Amino acid sequence: MDIFAPLLQYLISGLTNGAIYALIALGFGIIYNATTIINFAQGEMVMLGAMAAISFYHLHPSLPLAFAAGMGVVTVVGVVFERLALRPVKDPSPITLIIITVGGAVFIKGAAMMLWGKDAYPLPPFTGNVPIYLGTATVLPQNLWVMGLTAALVLALEAFFRLTLAGKAMRACAYNNRAARLMGISAGRMVQLSFGLAAALGAGAGILIAPLTLGVYDMGLMLGLKGFSAAIIGGLGSLLGGVLGGLVLGVAESLATGFISSGYRDAVAFLLLLLVLFLRPQGLMGGGK
Amino acid sequence: MLKIRNLHAFYGSVLALSGVTCHVREGEVVALIGANGAGKSTLLNAICGLVRTQGEVKFQGKNVAGLAPEDIVALGISQVPEGRQLFAPMTVAENLELGAYLRFRRGHKKEIAQDLEHAYGLFPRLKERLSQKAGTLSGGEQQMLAIARALMARPRLLLLDEPSLGLAPIVVEDILSTLARLRDEGLTVLLVEQNARAALKIADRAYVLETGRIILSGAAQDLLQDRQVTRAYLGKDYKEFTEGR
Ligand SMILES: Nc1ncnc2c1ncn2[C@@H]1O[C@H](COP(=O)(O)OP(=O)(O)OP(=O)(O)O)[C@@H](O)[C@H]1O
Ligand SMILES: [Mg+2]
Repeated sequence: MDIFAPLLQYLISGLTNGAIYALIALGFGIIYNATTIINFAQGEMVMLGAMAAISFYHLHPSLPLAFAAGMGVVTVVGVVFERLALRPVKDPSPITLIIITVGGAVFIKGAAMMLWGKDAYPLPPFTGNVPIYLGTATVLPQNLWVMGLTAALVLALEAFFRLTLAGKAMRACAYNNRAARLMGISAGRMVQLSFGLAAALGAGAGILIAPLTLGVYDMGLMLGLKGFSAAIIGGLGSLLGGVLGGLVLGVAESLATGFISSGYRDAVAFLLLLLVLFLRPQGLMGGGK
Repeated sequence: MLKIRNLHAFYGSVLALSGVTCHVREGEVVALIGANGAGKSTLLNAICGLVRTQGEVKFQGKNVAGLAPEDIVALGISQVPEGRQLFAPMTVAENLELGAYLRFRRGHKKEIAQDLEHAYGLFPRLKERLSQKAGTLSGGEQQMLAIARALMARPRLLLLDEPSLGLAPIVVEDILSTLARLRDEGLTVLLVEQNARAALKIADRAYVLETGRIILSGAAQDLLQDRQVTRAYLGKDYKEFTEGR
């Protein structure tokens, strides 16, 4: 009983962080599927989502509006980023493009610092701060919002890929790019769509986490790396894998923090990453593509 | 309908087509035969905009060389690529739907439903397997799906790259008779085949491609009798058959 009591608490905070990692991981996977590159600017979309929503909330204090506007603006940023930084590249080898995304991340972070300064800003929790008691553990309403909205976003994404023509076209491109082009599916348009989607998911993650952690210009790097680790752990490009990778990583971090020391928190991600790369390089759900 | 003049294609600095000139008239079945590596697939991909080229490719009077593949599909050219290239993890129904991708985007829903019925008429086995994953179909069924998928774009010109590859003779027969039926319905066909005898049987005219050049052309009947063709391509068929390739 003694050990079980904190366990539940750790699970709650682990699953909350894990949900955030999952959203970021899905963005990595979507862009990987469309382009076979890793977009290291993905973490900055998370930061931009949080900061944009905070700014919108200052202009007009409505959380749903701030949420939607934040996601919308960052979606545009994602698409424009692809258009301006990646599309014009003359020699579009994956390694060149990946290096550009690293540069893009540094640039976006710098621009955010000029725009918002180095201060951390709060965003109010979506429905108050009154904790809910589950036996000895407590849950904040924001924890539930994070988990619930993440689940909703994941389901919406799955429905998009299964049910809409654009979603099926994106899958087709990932399975067989050449054949997709022979069907008249424009590879460029799919890449654009993938950047938009990934940015939207990242922004959603940033806005969900902001009430728990504050928003600050340099929050993107660590969250991006965690999301990247989650994507690799789960299996890059797999939707279920991204979700699972995120949750596993979040819970593992939280258990390490609780039972060992908070100093080990960030090491856990990279330890898990290495473990997966050694034992199962395609990730938990990866099909070995 | 399709006119190709002095077409060159390169992979890096390697020349894969050197000065190909050929044409396909409306309503014809034209066969393109040649050994491995002759450049047959390269020619089809060049027509579809997947390979960079120099030279002229005219489709219905319009120069299509240099257009993006999606624009060429929109003009009415579909390809059934070598090795089927299905979307293996997707269902038969999804593969067919994606074949009509551009037309869905233009909102031609009603016509698409008609074309689906038409495809099921050609290949009844596909209708029984709509929710099956394309990758789990038999080889013959996969080829049928690849053809049906290409037809869903409602092409005027259908390019087929070795549809008989790896199929039992009886299935090959089936597929070739389907092509003949499509021709009778007014479709124009450019058929690449290593199985030269079968191709020449249903074709009106044929070209023989060797190391990136057209070395011979004429009526299919004449080529069937041609000594050079018989030795180089028809004889090989027989040898491959006895060796159980
Ligand atoms: N992507 C590529 N990169 C480099 N060279 C290529 C590429 N594709 C084809 N080639 C070369 O171009 C030449 C023509 O190839 P192509 O595939 O058009 O031949 P093919 O007539 O279709 O042969 P097969 O009957 O084996 O399918 C070959 O020498 C081949 O090695
Ligand atoms: Mg070939």
